[in-house]
Amino acid sequence: MAAVSKEALLSRLQGLGINSIVHEHPVVMTVEEQSKHIGHLGTTLSKNLFLKDKKGRLYLVSALATTTVDLKALSQRLGLGKGGLRMAPEDALQEILKVPLGSVTPFALINPSSRSVILLLDHQYQNQPKLLFHPLVNDSTIEISNGDFNLFLKSIDRTPSYVDFEAVVTVGKDQPPDLAGFVTELAEQPSSLDTKQSIASTQNCSIKEVASAKFPNSKLKVPKEKVHIEGEFQKLIRDPQELVNHILDETIKATMEKVKDVTHYTDTSISNEIKSQIGPDLQNLIMLFKNTAYTQGFVAGEQYSLGEDLVSAFASRSSVVRGRSESGRCY
Amino acid sequence: MAADVTRDNLEESNGGEEQVITPWEVSAKDGGRIDYDKLILQFGCQKLEESLVKRVERLTGKPAHPFLRRGVFFAHREFDKILDNYEKGQKFYLYTGRGPSSESLHLGHLVPFLFTKYLQDAFKVPLVIQLTDDEKCMWKNITVEESRRLARENAKDIIACGFDVSRTFIFCDFDYVGGNFYQNMIRIAKCVTLNQVRGIFGFTGEDHIGKVSFPAVQAAPSFPTSFPHLFGDSKDVHCLIPCAIDQDPYFRMTRDVAPRIGFHKPALIESLFFPALQGESGKMSASDPNSAIYVTDSPKDIKNKINKYAFSGGGATIEEHRKHGANLEVDVPVKYLSFFLESDEELAKIKEEYGAGRMLTGEVKLRLIDVLGKMVDRHQKARAAVTDEMVDAFMAVRPLPQMFS
Repeated sequence: MAAVSKEALLSRLQGLGINSIVHEHPVVMTVEEQSKHIGHLGTTLSKNLFLKDKKGRLYLVSALATTTVDLKALSQRLGLGKGGLRMAPEDALQEILKVPLGSVTPFALINPSSRSVILLLDHQYQNQPKLLFHPLVNDSTIEISNGDFNLFLKSIDRTPSYVDFEAVVTVGKDQPPDLAGFVTELAEQPSSLDTKQSIASTQNCSIKEVASAKFPNSKLKVPKEKVHIEGEFQKLIRDPQELVNHILDETIKATMEKVKDVTHYTDTSISNEIKSQIGPDLQNLIMLFKNTAYTQGFVAGEQYSLGEDLVSAFASRSSVVRGRSESGRCY
Repeated sequence: MAADVTRDNLEESNGGEEQVITPWEVSAKDGGRIDYDKLILQFGCQKLEESLVKRVERLTGKPAHPFLRRGVFFAHREFDKILDNYEKGQKFYLYTGRGPSSESLHLGHLVPFLFTKYLQDAFKVPLVIQLTDDEKCMWKNITVEESRRLARENAKDIIACGFDVSRTFIFCDFDYVGGNFYQNMIRIAKCVTLNQVRGIFGFTGEDHIGKVSFPAVQAAPSFPTSFPHLFGDSKDVHCLIPCAIDQDPYFRMTRDVAPRIGFHKPALIESLFFPALQGESGKMSASDPNSAIYVTDSPKDIKNKINKYAFSGGGATIEEHRKHGANLEVDVPVKYLSFFLESDEELAKIKEEYGAGRMLTGEVKLRLIDVLGKMVDRHQKARAAVTDEMVDAFMAVRPLPQMFS
């Protein structure tokens, strides 16, 4: 999905009834430069850090420029250990926050791709009448009231999480990290996978798969990715209705995306584009469906031909089947 | 035997400096690129002309697979005869295989299977897939149990490529060799002397006897009576074998034997080697994890491997690149895109822009990472949905009544 533009952001704010003032200035990459142009406003500027922990979770830390943010201390308070926080790499900036270098801002969370970024706000924001942030680009700054900023956050389904970054908090054996509650569980990790997909599959994991994911010492070493992936196709091929719905959903989604760009295409070319885009994947899925149905028939046939031994065969089905293929020739 | 290029011949004629292509070793001359035209000449097979590709499209009524259109499958032996017979209503069956030497497959392994699946769907013909667990047990010196286990694991990856169970018979040598199959093996073996296999496969007096008779095992599936449950006792069914060109020696031997025992010669359709990430001079090797993208790789792994190890034909600096453009002959990302990017148009555009220096290596790599990521993701999902029962079904010795419909 494309990045939200500054214009789109501003019109969204207007739509919420927010009156903000946009100050234009030359491109600035640091808070110092920024203050040269709008320091006269008397409002304290904000500094915004885009961070990443060792497990790949992303954080947006937004604080007053005058607040000291000690990354080591913050990392400990979040329960990430002593050097657990680093600056996030540039490609994450592009892919997740969708803003250029030097433009990190809480407003970037308007992009759906940043759904899983954890937002931590300076508690001092609460007693500031006005706040200053970049509106997704660094050639201007928005001046917005604290209350309106909260309205914006609410409109993107975020509740403000305030942190006293300067508080001295000891974290040790008997003192648990006080900010650990902000850190989300690994299962909801940010990933570039389709969000609908990962939600559907985590809901559909069988108990066996979840169990082996939770006990890393069990013999069945299931790599973490597998827990997501296994659920999705099985669910579809077990149930014709689900399968058809999936096919129709994919088709409609692909159509809607193309239809937006209507000027370039004719009817047949749209149709061909869509077919070539989703056709191969759907064909594979259907083949899997067919193979599964055949397999079930095959298994039923085997058991049928066992006749009287059906009861014991039912109990030890897998060993019977494996036994036949191991002993070899059945002709 | 026409143009019998054996290991001995190669080394004699050029003092060991030529490119070496055998089923177990592939290396180009002086670490450069493999000369496929020379290979065709040396081996004595035919180039797969554009006209044949068009003919395939006409006969099957659908666009040819990208591998055909882009010359990935570039050589053949009597593929035109297969098409002649097909037009007359005479069907054929497909035969391909894999030596299950490691648990993880890389993209190079998938290439023949993806192409075979296309052939199966386009021509609506049956397919037999041989898993040579016995070969790997002997050559890689792993236990019988381990090689059988690997064979079953590989079968799952193969099934995940999307083969149709109502037209496909997968078998492991350790399970299937015997009966009519073994009878054919002996018929074949009687026609090949020890000296001949020494020449073709490089056996020496120190090699154990298991290896020496193995070629007959790989040859037997080329003959329909090896599968009585599929073809009965009919000798008249033709066989088409899609494979990589380094398998040519095995099948030259088979083609030589066929008429002597009353069978049609199997036809071959042969592919280039899938280039290793580090460049064209070799093929992907299971022993070097960074030479290949594996089907078990995560999106992160793929991104890393392409960015770090994929050999770039781009300029050393941006200025140089913009001035001279990229060397498409050696650029690995573009080669990979030629294999896996669906759209001919987009591929042509990328080649044009990149070749002129307007597009940067990073952009090409990004596109490749996207394409491979989707492919691998799809494969992993499909593989996860393949059950042990499904493998049993594919491997059951059963008739396939729908195999030609």
